[in-house]
Amino acid sequence: MTPHMLTRSLDRGATIFVMVVAACGVLIPLSNLLLPAGSVLQVPTYLVALWGKYVCYAILALSIDLIWGYCGILSLGHGAFFALGGYAMGMYLMRQIGTRGVYGNPVLPDFMVFLNWQKLPWYWHGFDMFWFAALMVLFVPGLLAFCFGWLAFRSRVTGVYLSIITQAMTYALLLAFFRNDFGFGGNNGLTDFKDILGFNVQAEGTRAALFALSCLALILSFLICRSVVSSKLGKVLIAIRDAESRSRFLGYRVESYKLFVFTLSACMAGVAGALYVPQVGIINPSEFAPGNSIEAVIWVAVGGRGTLIGAALGAIVVNYAKTFFTSGVLAPYWLFMLGALFILVTLLLPKGIVGTFNAWREASRERRPAAASVAAEDGITEPKMAE
Amino acid sequence: MPTNLSARLSTFVLSLFLIAFALPAFAGPFEDAVAKFANDDFSDTDEAIGVVASSGNKLAFPIINALQEGRLMADPDSKKVYVTGTDGKSIDAATGESVASVPDSASAVRLNNRLRRSVDAALGSLTLQSPDLGTRLQAAQSVFKSHEETALEPVESALAKETNRSVKAVLGEARAAILLFKSDATEVQKLEAVATIKARGDQEALALLSDIGSDQPASVTKAATSAISSIQNSLAVWSMVQNAWYGLSLGSVLLLAAIGLAITFGVMGVINMAHGEMVMIGAYTTFAVQEVIRTRYPALFDYSLLIAVPLAFLVAGAIGVLIERSIIRFLYGRPLETLLATWGLSLVLQQAVRTMFGPTNREVGNPSWMSGAFELGQITITYNRLWILCFTLAVFVILLAMLRYTALGLEMRAVTQNRRMAASMGIATSRVDALTFGLGSGIAGIAGVALSQIDNVSPNLGQSYIIDSFMVVVFGGVGNLWGTLVGAFTLGIANKFLEPVAGAVLGKIAILVLIILFIQKRPRGLFALKGRAVEA
Repeated sequence: MTPHMLTRSLDRGATIFVMVVAACGVLIPLSNLLLPAGSVLQVPTYLVALWGKYVCYAILALSIDLIWGYCGILSLGHGAFFALGGYAMGMYLMRQIGTRGVYGNPVLPDFMVFLNWQKLPWYWHGFDMFWFAALMVLFVPGLLAFCFGWLAFRSRVTGVYLSIITQAMTYALLLAFFRNDFGFGGNNGLTDFKDILGFNVQAEGTRAALFALSCLALILSFLICRSVVSSKLGKVLIAIRDAESRSRFLGYRVESYKLFVFTLSACMAGVAGALYVPQVGIINPSEFAPGNSIEAVIWVAVGGRGTLIGAALGAIVVNYAKTFFTSGVLAPYWLFMLGALFILVTLLLPKGIVGTFNAWREASRERRPAAASVAAEDGITEPKMAE
Repeated sequence: MPTNLSARLSTFVLSLFLIAFALPAFAGPFEDAVAKFANDDFSDTDEAIGVVASSGNKLAFPIINALQEGRLMADPDSKKVYVTGTDGKSIDAATGESVASVPDSASAVRLNNRLRRSVDAALGSLTLQSPDLGTRLQAAQSVFKSHEETALEPVESALAKETNRSVKAVLGEARAAILLFKSDATEVQKLEAVATIKARGDQEALALLSDIGSDQPASVTKAATSAISSIQNSLAVWSMVQNAWYGLSLGSVLLLAAIGLAITFGVMGVINMAHGEMVMIGAYTTFAVQEVIRTRYPALFDYSLLIAVPLAFLVAGAIGVLIERSIIRFLYGRPLETLLATWGLSLVLQQAVRTMFGPTNREVGNPSWMSGAFELGQITITYNRLWILCFTLAVFVILLAMLRYTALGLEMRAVTQNRRMAASMGIATSRVDALTFGLGSGIAGIAGVALSQIDNVSPNLGQSYIIDSFMVVVFGGVGNLWGTLVGAFTLGIANKFLEPVAGAVLGKIAILVLIILFIQKRPRGLFALKGRAVEA
């Protein structure tokens, strides 16, 4: 994809979104590093890491919105792709520890020494090289999504059936990764990281850089999604979402379109996971929990399904609220709030924040007759929420 | 075996009681032998065990029993020996008189491994003729395991007097075990012994036969080898039966958890992620019922489940109707949104229960008719699993009959098949929707009552069943209760047969993967509805 293709699809809202994310990606690290600690404008390091986490969640939400909002595939197992990307990065970080681990083994990570393993399992080879790990971050979730989608879409598993088996997939992975003999650290997962590309993961500079990188990844993901959905391909996806059988009868290979977008989305989720792990400092099997994947779906629903910007916004808003409420006296009520959010958004705000806002703007624009021609500017129609 | 243990304890207490009133005190060989325990010498202790065990004295059993459990206290200074009861009260071992306290200089009589065997054998023969059936059986079994030559005589005398068939059989096996290991037994005796042990056919018989050593006559070794392989074959068959039973048991649990879902998801097409929470509410209803019974009417405890079942149905059903009226009815035709809303609901319900009852597991007791177990061939069947299986099938049959023969069932099926036409025929569809959802939730509540008997009652109870339940319904085929039945038992049995091969977790993963692959092949489950209904 050329830069021209990526930028061509931008409308005003999207341009503003990209600008804001880019500004955050530049200004927050700069303020963290350059301004003296204690200054009013200085962003503390813990906030940089926290917001870095939100940005990773936003990428995950984008990847879900791409398939759910534009293709009608509700995956309740996207957390699995996120976690797999995270594990790929975690494996690289584990190999970087080297002799600084508790047992000081130059090759084996601590948990393997602890389990009395003699040599590295074959699937751990190559993860000492960053380029390989980075490739795997894309490849492993992509491959799983490709195989899974190839089976599921070709046999026309759709709707809630697909949702349930994606949930079964992440549940099976959860069980598998909990096992010690699976070779990924079992219950404890991978943690105690030291270096990434030679930089200390705890250092302020590294954290700031990771934050900037996450913002960059968010912008890139957004542009990719944007160019997909505003291309001809995107129109077919929307057609599949709204009337799958009809699109098939019109001669489109529905399963190929779905497979492409599903795999792309899984790769994006993998990248999000890979950026998440060094900022959080741990990856463990609980990331595979079905609940996490469903929670990610609600971010998209809150922000606005089929709006992309809304998905990213929803992820950040919901997670900010989560941090805010779970750290105070309101902690016991967080689950009530989250649950109520699920219910109220689906009942009262089916288009989400951004979708409702867009609809409202559209309506007010129509009331001004002179501005009637401007409506054509928007490339995409609002999703109809049909299954 | 708790029953046997309690039987033994009660015998022990009874004999203590008898001793306190009926024992004449005189010095004799028994008293001399008892005093030897105080010498702190292993060979003296051994001798004392022999004399005490064969004395016929009523104190013999308590003494040897106390010796085994480290409660026989000997005072080396006064050569006095005391039996400390499990209740902390002590008696003089020689006379049986109660003593206020054991002197501080007394210490427990020590044992080594050889003595422990003597003690076991002595206890075995002492209890072989106990009036209590359970004690006799236990004693005969322990002789079978220890097969001490010294026990031969007591076993044979017990065998002559025994009238109970099952005890007699075990005594015969014990005798055979002793003879098999007795160096001077004849070849014919040994061959008979091998045949008897082969007929017993369990793990212990196998262990015994594999243990006979090389100094046996060739014919005995040969018979033993063939007996071993025959036992192994029959054990393999029994382990299949055992797996099948476990599978049926797991299947019944899955069916119970999934059957309500089969109604809401299968019949109505509503994805209710809060279904597991309905199960949890049923379990907590059981807990609440038992709490009230414990504090107010303890005599009713055995009926607590019978009270809890209708109550759980009503509570969960009412909540179900409430949910349908307030949330689900706005989301018909939007299954994915329903899924999200009910997931949110499940979080709220879990947290509500956590706030009300606390986050920890709550204790739900088994009524007496649900605890315990019985043996069937080589497998043990626990009553709670058996009752749950029966209960599940009963619920299934009642539900099936309800859908088939009642007016509400007819209306439900009509609405399911063609909502608009049913409405045109005068069926109040929204009322039917609410009742159907209430029925599904109510059945989930009943499932909670049953599951409270075998699982931890915690706010997360429902979570652990929700994925499995969906798997069952999806595997069995939506809109068909028979599919759910077959699906549940197939998954249950498959799971239990995979477990010994692959381990519990890998077995479960394998099942999940198989279901995912199966859905590719049959996207609508085993028993798919045919015709136009599929496209709806």
